[in-house]
Amino acid sequence: MSSHVDPSAPLQGKPSKSTERKLKNEMRTQLISFVFMIFITSMAFLSIASDAVPSGFAIPFILILASVQVILQLYFFMHMNAKGTGWVNVMIWSGLFVAALTVATLMLLIGVVKY
Amino acid sequence: MSYEKAQSKNVIWDWLTTVDHKKIGIMYLAGGAFFFALGGLEAILMRIQLMFPEFTFVQAQTFNELLTMHGTTMIFLAAMPLLFGFMNFIIPLQIGARDVAFPFLNALGFWLFLFGGILLNVSWFVGGAPDAGWTAYVPLSSESPGHGLDYYVLGLQIGGAGTLIGGINFLVTIINMRAPGMSMMRMPLFTWSSFVASMLILFAFPALTIGLLLLMLERLFGATYFAVDFGGNVIIWQHLFWIFGHPEVYILILPAFGIFSEVLATFAKKRLFGYSAMVFATLIIGFLGFMVWAHHMFTVGMGPVANAIFAVATMAIAVPTGIKIFNWLLTLWGGRIQFTTANLFALGFLPSFVMGGVTGVMLATSAANYQFHDTYFVVAHFHYVIIGGVVFGLFSGTFYWWPKMFGYRLNETLGKWFFWLFLIGFHLTFFVQHFLGLMGMPRRVASYLPGQGLDSMNFISTMGAFLMTVAFILLLVCIFVSTKNRTNVADPWDGRTLEWTTPTPVPEYNFAQTPLVRELDAYWHEKYEGDGKMKAAEPLEDIHMPNGTILPVVMSLGLVVAAFGLIYLVHPLTIVGFAITFGAMFVRSIKEDHGYHIPVEAIKRDKEEG
Repeated sequence: MSSHVDPSAPLQGKPSKSTERKLKNEMRTQLISFVFMIFITSMAFLSIASDAVPSGFAIPFILILASVQVILQLYFFMHMNAKGTGWVNVMIWSGLFVAALTVATLMLLIGVVKY
Repeated sequence: MSYEKAQSKNVIWDWLTTVDHKKIGIMYLAGGAFFFALGGLEAILMRIQLMFPEFTFVQAQTFNELLTMHGTTMIFLAAMPLLFGFMNFIIPLQIGARDVAFPFLNALGFWLFLFGGILLNVSWFVGGAPDAGWTAYVPLSSESPGHGLDYYVLGLQIGGAGTLIGGINFLVTIINMRAPGMSMMRMPLFTWSSFVASMLILFAFPALTIGLLLLMLERLFGATYFAVDFGGNVIIWQHLFWIFGHPEVYILILPAFGIFSEVLATFAKKRLFGYSAMVFATLIIGFLGFMVWAHHMFTVGMGPVANAIFAVATMAIAVPTGIKIFNWLLTLWGGRIQFTTANLFALGFLPSFVMGGVTGVMLATSAANYQFHDTYFVVAHFHYVIIGGVVFGLFSGTFYWWPKMFGYRLNETLGKWFFWLFLIGFHLTFFVQHFLGLMGMPRRVASYLPGQGLDSMNFISTMGAFLMTVAFILLLVCIFVSTKNRTNVADPWDGRTLEWTTPTPVPEYNFAQTPLVRELDAYWHEKYEGDGKMKAAEPLEDIHMPNGTILPVVMSLGLVVAAFGLIYLVHPLTIVGFAITFGAMFVRSIKEDHGYHIPVEAIKRDKEEG
């Protein structure tokens, strides 16, 4: 009764087979998404660096890449795709929704055109 | 730290270092009550000045400082901390938890609020308080001479950080720490509404933080976000302030709605009517709260389309609020209503708040708003919703939860006198202000001319304010003379929810065994379907508790030192202040602290005594 387990102590023993498989899959997903993110970052960089791409295309293109990047980061690197993250998803998306709506409204209201 | 060492602490040191949600809740209440009295004093001074036309009780500059500090104090330093006090004390008890999710952060939030509030009020003694209204519109605030507005910016920034920390803490607590069996849809309504209010804090306070940061950079370091001659825009401040400011009023009213839902159901001896509709309406109010901020700015010149959109969105909020009002009425319908003081405040709230709601819809009519804007009509409206809603809720909660929190019941006779005096005083003060506003008296004026038909109603309004003061003093008297009513304090009202299952005084671990929740109104269910006791969800074991720590006080103090350095541009002091804060954070990060265990023998001993 008197011996209490320290919750922050390192785990002892070997992981089970299924845990090992899970960790392996996880590693693969992380690597693939990492490579893909580097790829889209370099695409974004290239579209600005090269004169061949007109800026009328480059700006919306980069914005789309950026939102893809954010979603990948949130879901793969920050594990928002894991189980038990329902509330995290709710809060992040409602926060993004409120923020986006507010920014859009302010652009309309403080912008050049008055409605 | 061992259990014995944790027990044997000096009283003052114990309160300074506590991370217990109940003690922090009581400190929030004490701090909030102090600032409430201070804000009330400011209000009384203003009402005396407006008692007669061209009265010279205070100077116009002092009047501006009074009105600014009254609004700022009442919103940030009184109403919110008082609600936080109840939320801190009651939420863990209502969901069957032993503490909030982050006890250390909880203490930090409280000390940040207290030091922020004290910093703001220091301005009175060093050359004048802020004087640009609680909304601090630029360029009035960015150009205001003296240091008053600097104190406003930094005091609110520190206090606001504390509120944000508190809000996040409640969210995590409610999501993760509910007792077995307590699904979201079995949570008591006070917990639900506090949960939604915490979401609003999480999303709304960043806008205030940014606004205050911009204003600070503008005032202290010569930035030009709001300076029109440098290409800045003054309207940005108004938008940022109200993007925060409108959700803020729902942050205040939603927990009060929760208190009324508890009180009305308890004293009608009925289950709350339309529980799921109430939860849904709370969520809708929280959501719509972010869509309506520009209704504070109808006269800014946003254009007819924007005005129309925000007017319609604003009126839409009347629908979920109406759902709530009808649900409360139907909770009372056919109930065995007890007219205790707590319930009187809840019953008094219904008509008072509806009156505030009706003038709210009038103000939302953007065309008519050009007439109402910045008149006493607006003052009457928001005092009807804030006093008739939030303050009545706080008083109702005070009488309802006092036995659980302090171990004695407040005297009902004095309480009823307090209620009636306060109700009459409140309506006397603010009802006539509707007509003052319609007759054209602008708000925030230090005086008015005689013979314009404003004299007698201003006099009546001041008399009402005196009556409210007498009532408040009666409450203080009531608190001190009631200390002998120490019987029947564990469950005095035949309660329905988990907080009434704990012994009084509540032990530091709250529940010897985490209760098993089988139904909405868990305790009521066990009383009438079970054996009157909560079933335990775990065996009796040692209980793991967090250690107390002085670091939250040190961190908050460091920020105050840094704020003084920033206000007077003494940057060595700023660096020292930040060094204290970050040093304390560093110590917190590297020092291992696993808490201590309360041995099972001590818990058994408590059980036999209780």
